[in-house]
Amino acid sequence: MKFAIALHAPAHSPAARRALRFAEAALAGGHEIMRLFFYQDGVHSASSTVVSPQDELDTARQWREFVAQHQLDAVVCIAAALRRGELNTEEAQRYQRSAASIDAPWALSGLGQLHEAIQQCDRLICFGGH
Amino acid sequence: MAQSLLLISRQAPWSGPGAREALDIALAGGAFDLPLALLFLDDGVFQLRKDQQAVLLQQKDLAANLQALPLFGVEELYACQRSLVERGLVADQLGLPVSVLDDDALRALLGRFDQVMTI
Repeated sequence: MKFAIALHAPAHSPAARRALRFAEAALAGGHEIMRLFFYQDGVHSASSTVVSPQDELDTARQWREFVAQHQLDAVVCIAAALRRGELNTEEAQRYQRSAASIDAPWALSGLGQLHEAIQQCDRLICFGGH
Repeated sequence: MAQSLLLISRQAPWSGPGAREALDIALAGGAFDLPLALLFLDDGVFQLRKDQQAVLLQQKDLAANLQALPLFGVEELYACQRSLVERGLVADQLGLPVSVLDDDALRALLGRFDQVMTI
C-alpha cells in the first residue's frame, strides 16, 4: 500500500513518536511511503536544532535519520514553518534571520505537495491533529 | 478520478493558527480544483459566527478567508448541529451558507470521502 503520512505535532509530542513508529512499521511490512508532510506544529518535528537531554529520546533526530536512510520524500510546509521560526538557509537569508533549522533531507514546500500526496496515495494517515 | 477529501476543522478561530491553517488547505485544494468538503466540528463552529471583532484581540479576521471558499470552488460546507447547539449558535448567526448535519448525516458524510483530515 502507498501511504502518505501527515504529522501536525512537535518532536516532543507522543504523536511524533507514534508517527515515526508507524512509518517504520509500514516500510518493514513492505509498504511504500510516498510522502511525509509536516504541517502546523509538526514542522518542529523536522527541526535540526532540537537538543534533547542525553538520556531522553531525540525524536527529531530519529526522524531525520529515518528519512535519510530510506531516502523518503519529506516535505515541511513552508508557510507553517516560517510562522514558527523553522527556516532553511535560503529563507533565513531572505528574511534576515540568524538561524536556519531545516535542512536536508527535509524540503520546504507548499500545500500543493499535500494535495498531490492525497491524490497519489492509497491512504493518508494523520498524526497529532485535533 | 480524483480522490475526495473531507477536511474537519475543530479549532476555534482565536485559539491559535489551526483554523486558518485548515482553511489554507481547503483554499489550496479549491485552487487545484480538487473535490473536497469542509466540516466545522466542535469548537470549529465558532469560525462560522459572523460579526466577530478580531481587532480587539489584535488578530486578523478570518472572514475574508471564509468568504473566499466558494470563490475557490469549495462549496461543500458542513457544520455539526450538535456542536452548534452545545455552543448556543443558531442559523442566523452564521456567516457562511453551511449545511447543518445531525449525527446520522455526519456518519454518512464521513463514509463518503476517500480521505479525511482533521485539524
